[in-house]
Amino acid sequence: MRRALRWLMAVCVVVATSTAAYAADPRAIDLRPLVQALGSGGYSGTEKALTQLSEAGDPAAVPVIEALQAGDLYVRKADGSVVVARKAGDAFTLTDPLTRAALGDAPAAAVEKIRINNSLRRAISASLGALTLMSPDAGVRRSAADAVFKSRDASALETLSAAIAKEQDKGVRAAMEQARAAILLTGEAASKMTDAEIQSATDTLTARGDRDALVLLNMVAGSGASDITKKSAAAAVSTLEQKLAFWAALQNLWYGLSLGSVLLLAAIGLAVTFGVMGVINMAHGEMVMIGAYTTFLVQEFFRAHAPGLFDLSILVALPAAFIVSGGVGIVIERSVIRWLYGRPLETLLATWGLSLALQQAVRSIFGPTNREVGAPSWMSGAFELGGLTITYGRLWIVVFAFAVFAALLVALKRTWFGLSIRAVTQNRPMANAMGIRTARVDALTFGLGSGIAGLAGVALSQIDNVSPNLGQGYILDSFMVVVFGGVGNLWGTLVGALTLGTMNKFLEPYAGAVLGKILVLIFIILFIQRRPRGLFALKGRAVEA
Amino acid sequence: MLLRFFLMGLDRKAGIVLTILAFLAVAVPVLTLWVPADSPFHLSVFTVSLLGKYLCFALLALALDLVWGYCGILSLGHAAFFALGGYAMGMYLMRQIGPRGVYGNPVLPDFMVFLNWKELPWYWLGFDHFWFAALMVLVVPGALAFAFGWFAFRSRVTGVYLSIITQALTFALLLAFFRNDMGFGGNNGLTDFKDILGYDIQADTTRVVLFVATVAALALSYMIASGVIGSKLGKVLVALRDAESRVRFMGYDTESYKLFAWTLSACMAGVAGALYVPQVGIINPSEFAPASSIEAVIWVAVGGRGTLAGAILGAVLVNMGKSYFTGALPELWLFALGGLFVAVTLFLPKGLLGLGAQLKAKLPGRKASPLPNAQTANQATGQTAGQKGA
Amino acid sequence: MSAESTLLYLDGVSVSFDGFKALRGLSLVMMPGEMRAIIGPNGAGKTTMMDVITGKTRPDTGTILFEGDTDLTRLREAAIANLGIGRKFQRPTVFEPHTVWDNLELALKAPRRPLKTLTYAISRDDRARIEEILDITRLSALRSRQAGSLSHGQKQWLEIGMLLAQDPKLLLVDEPVAGMTDAETEQTAELLCSIAGKHSVIVVEHDMSFVRALGVKVTVLAEGSVLAEGSLDAVSANQQVIDTYLGR
Repeated sequence: MRRALRWLMAVCVVVATSTAAYAADPRAIDLRPLVQALGSGGYSGTEKALTQLSEAGDPAAVPVIEALQAGDLYVRKADGSVVVARKAGDAFTLTDPLTRAALGDAPAAAVEKIRINNSLRRAISASLGALTLMSPDAGVRRSAADAVFKSRDASALETLSAAIAKEQDKGVRAAMEQARAAILLTGEAASKMTDAEIQSATDTLTARGDRDALVLLNMVAGSGASDITKKSAAAAVSTLEQKLAFWAALQNLWYGLSLGSVLLLAAIGLAVTFGVMGVINMAHGEMVMIGAYTTFLVQEFFRAHAPGLFDLSILVALPAAFIVSGGVGIVIERSVIRWLYGRPLETLLATWGLSLALQQAVRSIFGPTNREVGAPSWMSGAFELGGLTITYGRLWIVVFAFAVFAALLVALKRTWFGLSIRAVTQNRPMANAMGIRTARVDALTFGLGSGIAGLAGVALSQIDNVSPNLGQGYILDSFMVVVFGGVGNLWGTLVGALTLGTMNKFLEPYAGAVLGKILVLIFIILFIQRRPRGLFALKGRAVEA
Repeated sequence: MLLRFFLMGLDRKAGIVLTILAFLAVAVPVLTLWVPADSPFHLSVFTVSLLGKYLCFALLALALDLVWGYCGILSLGHAAFFALGGYAMGMYLMRQIGPRGVYGNPVLPDFMVFLNWKELPWYWLGFDHFWFAALMVLVVPGALAFAFGWFAFRSRVTGVYLSIITQALTFALLLAFFRNDMGFGGNNGLTDFKDILGYDIQADTTRVVLFVATVAALALSYMIASGVIGSKLGKVLVALRDAESRVRFMGYDTESYKLFAWTLSACMAGVAGALYVPQVGIINPSEFAPASSIEAVIWVAVGGRGTLAGAILGAVLVNMGKSYFTGALPELWLFALGGLFVAVTLFLPKGLLGLGAQLKAKLPGRKASPLPNAQTANQATGQTAGQKGA
Repeated sequence: MSAESTLLYLDGVSVSFDGFKALRGLSLVMMPGEMRAIIGPNGAGKTTMMDVITGKTRPDTGTILFEGDTDLTRLREAAIANLGIGRKFQRPTVFEPHTVWDNLELALKAPRRPLKTLTYAISRDDRARIEEILDITRLSALRSRQAGSLSHGQKQWLEIGMLLAQDPKLLLVDEPVAGMTDAETEQTAELLCSIAGKHSVIVVEHDMSFVRALGVKVTVLAEGSVLAEGSLDAVSANQQVIDTYLGR
């Protein structure tokens, strides 16, 4: 029963998408007597007519059967003809089931519903499946084949074989063959098959190579089928499991990379303020949050004034978030942090205070609830790559994270500003003596780190809730990444972010999300104790000073 | 010898603190239980519990000051020890409920029945005895602190790095205690307590006794802390706070010194948590939140780090402020707290108790005495600033 | 030369930081009671040498023996200090919030374990010893002053006093007269000389007149190894020394 239901639902989808294709089909011949027969002889009469209708193999019967399934098929008492009737007010609107010609209205008393029972329901779905397999539309045939694969309804076997013989499209034929193999292996037919047939059926399923095939093969291997079938299935299971494990690992790697790039985005600004300047900015998360709210405001503007350009809003939000967060960062540096240089623990406390105030400020202005930030069309959807499913949103974030990283690297290495930053951090008095305005460099460096946090906020607004607490969720992770990677080393931050991201995602299937995170935290705590200066620590006297 | 130890720590400041505490221990019971309710001097039981809560926080602040003020270890995870002590006490109180729970199970607390657990997990065994729970209040935070400190100090994790991993520690515990499978009531924590040592936990007398116990614990902890600070060990601690490697080259194994203070401090925090739970009637994972640890730091900073008495003063003042703001102007509380963090670090580096000295130092002709933390701070930045971007 | 009967024995000690070789095959021998001055240009490895002896830095290769049989490369700083090796840093580091007296009390030779210090009460002998050191270092009048409020020279002296209180067998003194007036320099030289005999002393110093005033054997370091050894006059005449030290 359950199986039949599943089958039914699958077919409904197929039918719903394909009705239009049948409407114009010119081959509507010879079906009328069969359709008429649906209305006589009670359940058994209907069932008999249904079988004949199905065996005729004409897709034009599909809307009729569909109407029967939906309970829209009636017998007009006046002439005993079968009609489609839909309720309109107190009366019914009648149409011809095959031609769809309007037949006028009729009072409720003038028609009688063709009733169906469970057995009929199953027959209906089977014949719908069989008929759709013959559809002229390749997409419909394919969906139908998949539906049969899922239901493994033995009654579809004959139609399926016929469909395979006729099928021209390679992909659709493969799907049909898989469906047939599924029916053969799980049904009673299996006991009558030769070894070679069994082998070819299992091979067909192995070739399908997804989790459904694995479930099926596992079922066969553990069923009461013949030994040779079981053996063949078991062999196929192990091949398939390896293949699936490989793709699963790859998928995990992708998730890890994706999480890692999010961590990288959140941490990279911190790598500048903490790693390069040595300033502990606990309000870093709030810079991210401000970036996300800037995205929200930019999108609101686009929604209100240029809805047609909405897809570009993110591109405008990027510089806007950089400027807003960077600006807030500069204000913070000039007003608070510059008085606290050389006192990292005090800086930590003061910036924590700032983070509380910033959160409350945003809460007061925008309210405590999540704000809706939309995704542009080019960031929505997903595509398949082998056994991987990759969403465009995540893909863009990975690309973006690496782009930001590369840009920062170039900025620090190749520009005059980067040179001044390095000069100031290495030897402040000397840099001062050489005419570098150290106070200005401090402010701009802090602004740069905060601005990058703002960029991270734009990206995070796409995957996380934009709320006043957005930043808090990332601050500790960001510190972990920077400290794990080795303070003052951007490459360390990159490796740290990707390692922690991947580790998290690989632990998740075994330990669950929360325990996985706990394990990662414990790992970092232990790791820092083994290597207090992180993964890519610089050795030597400079560190000890 | 014990007497001499306590006498060592006694100075004028200790005298004032202990006198005030003794006054509270006498006055509060009298004003609550024996002054008639219509008298203007009558204290409500609600106020007593509120005061008791402040003093628990004061004890936590005192513990924090011991490590931050005197060893230079800025712990951003002290609330974890506080909460662990609280959970140990909460487990005892849960077991005292007995068959009076909603499900009426004589052994299993309600949340375990709800989760379909069949028997008590092993780590709940023994918590039906008060003495065992009381021991665990000290042992669990102490053991965790010892293990954590043993690794951290031996690996020479210092300064900001240490602060960050203490934060990670409390965050990991937060996540862990949120899990239902841990067997500590998950999100809801432990609550609906009925009795403590056979007395109704809601009764006025019990509340007053709990308050007096808190005062006593605070006084005892203060004497222990100031005894430690006054001893030669305390001088080593202060010395290593400012110049750890120098102390090491003098032959002191600084790691064991830090470990001693750290573990002692964690035990004190555990006691604070244990006294807190029966007075507020609940313990849940939110006590582990990183923010609560950082808030405790600001109590110490407001009062003045490295003064012991300042920690108590700061904890009480800030929490009174919090009670006022969250009641009257809830919108403004986070602004006030945030502003307090900034203002104290910028304008009151020595806290309220250091205000006098700070003002004196500002007068012309007097040289400001160096901040206790100036040197450690320089060391820490040297470590980071010495390195450059890759 | 065998390691026995020596106080300190360094052989083939090398240390490198990220490819930079701070010490390359350094060898040095100190006899009990000996006083030695070490000179050398910046980056010659003087401070690193002190670091490896006191356990702050672990050598990559090489042997460091104390009193002929104790391997210092395996011990931690505190353990090495307790063997009887005291160190004075280039920049005076006294414990600024403590009084002069407390500074000396902390340094005084006494049990170093936490529980011992927790219950420590000063004995009459200890008191006398501190008084004596206060006398030697001319800090008697300042005993209750906070160390942080002392002048630079006084801090240097307090630190030397703390070393004396530690009563080490070997003293490592890094630039003791940096920033001192001429008179103070002279007094410091006298003080160090009076210590030698009871203790072995290694002095690292740039100030040539101070080294001359000490009048002891001189070791010249350059690029992490020993360039020359002998009396100050002898090494001053050494052509190699002139090239490396005076040539740049």
